[in-house]
Amino acid sequence: MSADVVGDKPLSGGASGVLCALISAALFAFFASFLPQITAGETVRLAWDWVPSLGIALSFLIDGLSLTFALLISGIGALVFLYANTYLAGYLHFDRFMMFLMSFMLAMLGLVLADNLIALFVFWELTTITSYLLIGFGHETKNGRRSALQALFVTGAGALALLAGLILIGTVAGSFEISEILAQGDVLRDSPLYIPILILVLAGAFTKSAQFPFHFWLPNAMAAPTPVSAFLHSATMVKAGVYLMARLYPGLSGTEAWIWTLTIAGDFTTVFASILALKQTDLKQTLAYTTLMALGTLTLILGQAGGYAMTAFVTFLITHSLYKASLFLMIGCVDYGTGTREANILGGLAKAMPITALAAGLAALSMAGLPPFVGFIAKELAYAGSLEVPSNVYLVAGAALAANALMFAVAGIVAFKPFWRPAQMETPRSPKEARWPMLAGPVILAVLGLIFGLAPGLIQESLINPTVNGLMGSASDPRELKLWAGFNVPLYLSLATFGLGFVLYVVHPRLRGALTASDAILPNFDRGWDRFLEGLKGLAAWQTRVIQPGVLRHYIFATFVVVLAAIGGSLILKEVFPGLPDFSTFAWQNFALIALMVAGSILTAATRSSITAMVALGVVGIGVAILFIVFSAPDVAITQLMVETLVVVLVAVALLRLPSLRLQGVPNWRPLDALLAVGVGTSVTVVLLAVLDTPLDLSLTSFYETASWTEAFGRNIVNVILVDFRALDTFGEIAVVVIAALSAYALLRTTNDPDPDHPGETPEGDAR
Amino acid sequence: MNSIILRAGTRYLAGVLLLFSIYMLIRGHNEPGGGFIGGLIGSTGFVLYAIACSVGEARAALRNVPPQNIAMAGLGIALLAGLGAALAGDALFTGQWYFINETEDDKGIPLSTVLIFDIGVYLVVFGSILSLVFAMEEEI
Repeated sequence: MSADVVGDKPLSGGASGVLCALISAALFAFFASFLPQITAGETVRLAWDWVPSLGIALSFLIDGLSLTFALLISGIGALVFLYANTYLAGYLHFDRFMMFLMSFMLAMLGLVLADNLIALFVFWELTTITSYLLIGFGHETKNGRRSALQALFVTGAGALALLAGLILIGTVAGSFEISEILAQGDVLRDSPLYIPILILVLAGAFTKSAQFPFHFWLPNAMAAPTPVSAFLHSATMVKAGVYLMARLYPGLSGTEAWIWTLTIAGDFTTVFASILALKQTDLKQTLAYTTLMALGTLTLILGQAGGYAMTAFVTFLITHSLYKASLFLMIGCVDYGTGTREANILGGLAKAMPITALAAGLAALSMAGLPPFVGFIAKELAYAGSLEVPSNVYLVAGAALAANALMFAVAGIVAFKPFWRPAQMETPRSPKEARWPMLAGPVILAVLGLIFGLAPGLIQESLINPTVNGLMGSASDPRELKLWAGFNVPLYLSLATFGLGFVLYVVHPRLRGALTASDAILPNFDRGWDRFLEGLKGLAAWQTRVIQPGVLRHYIFATFVVVLAAIGGSLILKEVFPGLPDFSTFAWQNFALIALMVAGSILTAATRSSITAMVALGVVGIGVAILFIVFSAPDVAITQLMVETLVVVLVAVALLRLPSLRLQGVPNWRPLDALLAVGVGTSVTVVLLAVLDTPLDLSLTSFYETASWTEAFGRNIVNVILVDFRALDTFGEIAVVVIAALSAYALLRTTNDPDPDHPGETPEGDAR
Repeated sequence: MNSIILRAGTRYLAGVLLLFSIYMLIRGHNEPGGGFIGGLIGSTGFVLYAIACSVGEARAALRNVPPQNIAMAGLGIALLAGLGAALAGDALFTGQWYFINETEDDKGIPLSTVLIFDIGVYLVVFGSILSLVFAMEEEI
């Protein structure tokens, strides 16, 4: 089957794609049904107990913020599923892809709807994992695997910090329910733990939303198929960090630390990303950097306060999701129709792909912030907000101006040039318009950008006002969305944006050359990441060489040194010096037994023959078993006897193959060994004597003595404890026995060449 | 090892050990014994057999059932015995007892999930040791 011929591809990938699209659409309708309630200023809360002993509940809250996100997720999700159903039709693992994407969507919905910090975290990590699976969907390529792992590591590390931060919040506020925490007002800001909480939570949010210096994973995540890039890495998942900051805004914002951290991170990311966007020639990469810019802008806005800023936040959130998803899907159509996404190759596509060109144009005009699109309103509001910032007006407004001008230029590069400039080189495939399921998404989303611009009232009352009210905690703050706000500073800034943007668009080919040249000088975080991983691997290899040299006697020596240090050290520190027990009541047979065991031990240590050592050690073991019998513990004695027998057999089997204990060329460690042995033996003896000094608590023994027969119908207390009173423990132990046996079996079976005819030909080195 | 005396003796000794191990298992609840000890004794019978004759013959004596399968089956039996408590509505691993021919002063013949659990323990110990010993004998 040739994937190159577009006409051969089926219209639909299969039932799973259609089903997923329908489920998403149904979810969208379900969430839309909450609109009247939210518009009326109500919130809806659902809760089930999950781990009540830890205060963890599976609770969901639908308010302005979560409903806005839920509608974006399910709505864009439905269009993306419809799109992917055609785009990926005929691909291997199509059903698996749909399952990953559906899992992601449900996890993302859970994330934005969760009203419990721990539940939020679980959904947060589920989006991380599904994102990993989707980026790595093309796991046959090295780049795909690397990008997937990079995204997983960066966001996963941030998530660990986030978990710590969320637990701190729960401890400080005394509840894990977000709505309860936020209702407490200043409790988090006044806590001495505020700064640690802020650092940890922002570490999670910044990694997830790819803020500088954690931005580098997002452009690499474009290794995923285009529907994934449009859905996860632009419209929804990367906004999870922004969502979290917005969700906790009432509880954490307003402090100097909050304002400056978010302002600086947002500022830098915005400008930095929009400059880099200009550099890219792959249109999808260009869009990836503009997504970074948008995330930076959202962070920047959240660092502010006031009605304009918050209104701008919600408006820009919606605006960006609409135009960016549309543009990504449009790029997919271009790629699908021509076989390339290179800006330098594409040109003159408007004739062959008129509908794609139309969608691209509408979305790009919104992105460029031109009236009458909703992008214009969002930009005006952002400018108005930036003029009343508590930090530094020039810093914020300047960054916004620079970024918006660059966005204007990028919009032209992405959506104007490929379609309207004269055709350049031959594309890999002759351009062809995409099928309708692939056009539906870009067109609908782009047209929505125009509709919301012309009639901003559609989203003002239902989504924007409730969200701003929730963020600010008062009903008077939302600002009106309007296309014409009179001659004011934001308007002048907008005009400046257009002028500057146009200039940038004209000179961008030359700028691109300069940026590419400067690439070699500037620090590259992506390469830095590789070096970091290399360093980590080097460290692991080094410490493995040092700690695990592969010589058994080193391991045993180190183990006993640690034992000696731990036991002996604490004995000395705690000044435990027990007296000797009374030996006068000791029967003479016991002394004989002890003498036997001591003799056995000495022989074991002194002999040069492995067989003698083994037998001598067996004598010690048998001595211990007899000791158990003398002190009437028959069960333990039998077990000891059997274990001793089996150990001797096993060791004999192994030792018969080993060389003599006297190894050539090995330094003589025996004096050191003897010293260590005496030390360990002494400290264990002291511990046992100390145990004898403390009075024995017999209440447990007497309980078992009485309960053993009446409750468990057994007279052998040891056995009754094993199989009845503590049966669960025993079950755990036998599970360990099985696992140990299987592991040892696997090791024995894999280390040697399985040649049954010549079992004796094992190299001598392997047996050591 | 090639010793006719050992081989001849082992044929009987292994059987006696196996029988004795079952005796130890069953009487374990009231007298010294139980699943752990029984499993150990039973496995020594086969270990002896493997040393005296050969691992191949010992495996054949087990009807070529891999010992690790016996261990895993034992784990499953132990778990089932623990789950049995659910039928009576008790907590996991609560012993369930049934007395056949119970009279006023005699409990009759006791049957219990506890014994089944102990049989599971027996099989786990038995199977684990044999899979280790057999593998070592064959590999080294």
